[in-house]
Amino acid sequence: MNENDTTDHGTSTSLVPASDAGTERLPASLIRGVDQFENPGLPPHVHRAADDDPAAAKRAERQVATMFGLSMLATLVFLVSYFAIPDEATFFFPGIGIAKTQNVVLGLSLGFAIFLIGIGAVHWAKTLMSDEEIVEERHEQASTPEQRAKSVAVVNEGVASTHLNRRPLLKYSLGGALGLFALPLGLQVAGSLGPTNIEELKHTIWDPKDNGGKPIRLMRDPEMTPIRFDEVTSGSVFHVMPETLQKYIDEGKHVLEAKAKAAVILIRLDPDLIKVQKAKDWGVDGVVAYSKICTHVGCAVGLYEQQTHHLLCPCHQSTFDLTEDCAVIFGPAKRPLPQLKITVDDAGYLVAPAGFAEPVGPSFWERAR
Amino acid sequence: MNALAARRRHPAAIAVLLLLGLLVTGGAYSFLAPKDANASAPTAAADDVAQGKDLFIANCATCHGVGAQGTKSGPSLVGVGAASVDFQVGTGRMPLAGPNVQAPQNKVKFDDAQISALAAYVASLAPGPAIPEEKYTTVIEPGTPENNKAIAEGGQIFRVNCAMCHNFAGAGGALTRGKYAPALEGTTPKHIYEAMVTGPQSMPVFNDMNLTPEAKQKVISYLKAQENETNVGGLTLGNLGPVSEGLFAWVFALGILIGCAVWLGKKAA
Repeated sequence: MNENDTTDHGTSTSLVPASDAGTERLPASLIRGVDQFENPGLPPHVHRAADDDPAAAKRAERQVATMFGLSMLATLVFLVSYFAIPDEATFFFPGIGIAKTQNVVLGLSLGFAIFLIGIGAVHWAKTLMSDEEIVEERHEQASTPEQRAKSVAVVNEGVASTHLNRRPLLKYSLGGALGLFALPLGLQVAGSLGPTNIEELKHTIWDPKDNGGKPIRLMRDPEMTPIRFDEVTSGSVFHVMPETLQKYIDEGKHVLEAKAKAAVILIRLDPDLIKVQKAKDWGVDGVVAYSKICTHVGCAVGLYEQQTHHLLCPCHQSTFDLTEDCAVIFGPAKRPLPQLKITVDDAGYLVAPAGFAEPVGPSFWERAR
Repeated sequence: MNALAARRRHPAAIAVLLLLGLLVTGGAYSFLAPKDANASAPTAAADDVAQGKDLFIANCATCHGVGAQGTKSGPSLVGVGAASVDFQVGTGRMPLAGPNVQAPQNKVKFDDAQISALAAYVASLAPGPAIPEEKYTTVIEPGTPENNKAIAEGGQIFRVNCAMCHNFAGAGGALTRGKYAPALEGTTPKHIYEAMVTGPQSMPVFNDMNLTPEAKQKVISYLKAQENETNVGGLTLGNLGPVSEGLFAWVFALGILIGCAVWLGKKAA
């Protein structure tokens, strides 16, 4: 906005041409600009109803007072209903359904209380407060040469008083302390870039080494009871955890970390439908076990569609086909679900003699090594 | 030429002839046509299984085969048990109203006696899951600590086995290619039990050895307790989680905010 312009309230306003009053303060490069463009000035000031008509102003005042008054009422409603409305009360909210009375009343009353203060204030400003256009002049941004010289002198004096120039030991030790201090700040970032122990990423509690080398029984989740082979009928889905989870549950420590990669889904389908021989061999007469952790980002792939033999992950809709050894037939996953080899032990329970043959879950850099 | 011969060439003659032809054909059909495949049972059949067989042949055999052995249009029902029939026919899914990706819940087309007759007939074909006993489909009401514990256990079992398809509150969820897991609100405890034990359509089978009858009862009680309790959040918005809540915020909250912003910028009158 050009600094030369103001409009006079009350007089008829038209475009006010630029005056020469401030040209000596303008840099030379801009003087030409002043001549090139005519200052269009401000648009004509529009009067409001409240400026001209005292009745309209009174009406506006009453409107603002009403808003503040309603706000007070809403606050009182909040204060009373906080204690008066019982916890279990519900009512029918038209258009939405059954709602809890306490939630709705407290929310709406507090909301209106604060909202009405706000709109009351805005309405007051809009209708009654002064709305004259003001032009604030912009002063030179650069300081005067004397001020500049003074500032430089102060800085130099300050530097001289630190003795940094004459005492290099101070300078170097300060540099060393500050420089070294950057390391702890960066260490947190650098140190959490990845695990130091890659083997832990590949390990699940299905590893027989966690069970003293013995095959691990498949247990129902959450009951933690073992599963017999003849209990798995055609079309059944069991959600499985290994028996090695029990000791984590008993100790109450690291249960979720142990469970996180151990989730397995056990399904029985007609073995003639399975097209991949390895998938048939690693199962028992059509009973197959696959890791439930999606190879995309790690959600539990529990949605089994019995008739199409597809396993769907609900997060990004990766679909795995059980008849093709859980190959990915749709969605962003790039690797099939790892299969868990299962057999039947002497007592008739399903067991996993070895753990997973590959790391479960989403990819990580060191997965192939 | 007599009067009839003269009128033979009248323009209206062809219309009269057509009308006569229609009357004759229609009349002959209604006299000679076989009786309609009547859904109501003939009063002569005394045996439940026999009555069921008649109902089956009249209403189900077109798709499921005369001996329930299955055809291109419908699977074999040998071995599905009385529970399947009670569930599918009792929720109106069968007889299938029209071809679709999945049979939706529909108006029930038979009364209870007919449904039990059909169930008895299908059960007689081969052993299969039976209609559950009353004691396992009685809902455990919350209130006492031991009931509350049972309901909480039901919730735990539900979350592990069922929530991935049916949603954490049983509000239903999507599967692939237009299939879906329906919302469970309003389904009777008996039908919930039967659906678990028979695994209808895309749903897998949760037989009584996987989830014991007591476990199934706990799951059912959890669902009913969930239906009846007051939602502590205020409005459930269909129990669909962030999706419906986000829509609510985008439409109403943002709408109001935009309205306020527009009003703030306008000059007063």
